[in-house]
Amino acid sequence: MSSPTKGESPLRSEHDIVLARQQVRRLTQELKFSLVDQTKMVTAASELARNALIYGKGGAMHWEVLQGESRIGLKLLFADEGPGIPNMDLAMTDGWTSGNGLGMGLTGAKRLVNEFEIDSKVNGGTRVTITRWK
Amino acid sequence: MEKIPILRMGEFLLVTIQIDMHDQLALKLQDDLSNAIQKNATKGVLIDISSLEMVDSFIGRMVADISGMGRILGAETILVGMQPAVAITLVELGLSLPGVATALNVERGMALLRRKIDADGADVVAH
Repeated sequence: MSSPTKGESPLRSEHDIVLARQQVRRLTQELKFSLVDQTKMVTAASELARNALIYGKGGAMHWEVLQGESRIGLKLLFADEGPGIPNMDLAMTDGWTSGNGLGMGLTGAKRLVNEFEIDSKVNGGTRVTITRWK
Repeated sequence: MEKIPILRMGEFLLVTIQIDMHDQLALKLQDDLSNAIQKNATKGVLIDISSLEMVDSFIGRMVADISGMGRILGAETILVGMQPAVAITLVELGLSLPGVATALNVERGMALLRRKIDADGADVVAH
């Protein structure tokens, strides 16, 4: 009867980034997030999905609907098996990029959500978890 | 092959982005548009993003690049129709698109383009 509360989407190609965005849009709509909150979460997901693909050489987005006592939220985990981030302070600096990007992905995504956690090991992949509460 | 159409309207080019673009498609648009600006000796470009529900740093950079590249090729670019939720998100993300002219809708964007181009013409005469 009720929709599933967790799932995952692969991040193996550029098209998967589009699909991940659409998945997050659907989920935030189902949870009746405001339009601005939907857009923030979709945009954060797009940045992190691209990071997982470009820098992490692919991975997956895991999603989970959180049912708190008085609130409801959406948690997204972006996991890749890539080279990891050797210098986290640098990676979390606005405008810094190890590739060709603008360097706004990680820091920008962090500003768009309520909770942000990053865990990375050199040669052990990167896991970024974000949560936005309604 | 997927493609974003570029319409010629007199001396202007109009691009209406109506689909959720993947990154290569955005890059292809940037390429196609620079070629079209040169081929048509275009003075102004309008990019209508009123159907876009999200602009992330990749698309934001594409828009800024098109605007900068257009200027070098002699064309003014105006971004029109950004949804309020997209604008709020973009600023919070850290992209305020400096140097990119914007307008509320295509009509106002067109009027702004005409004014900019007329002003440029006047400058040339004055010198």
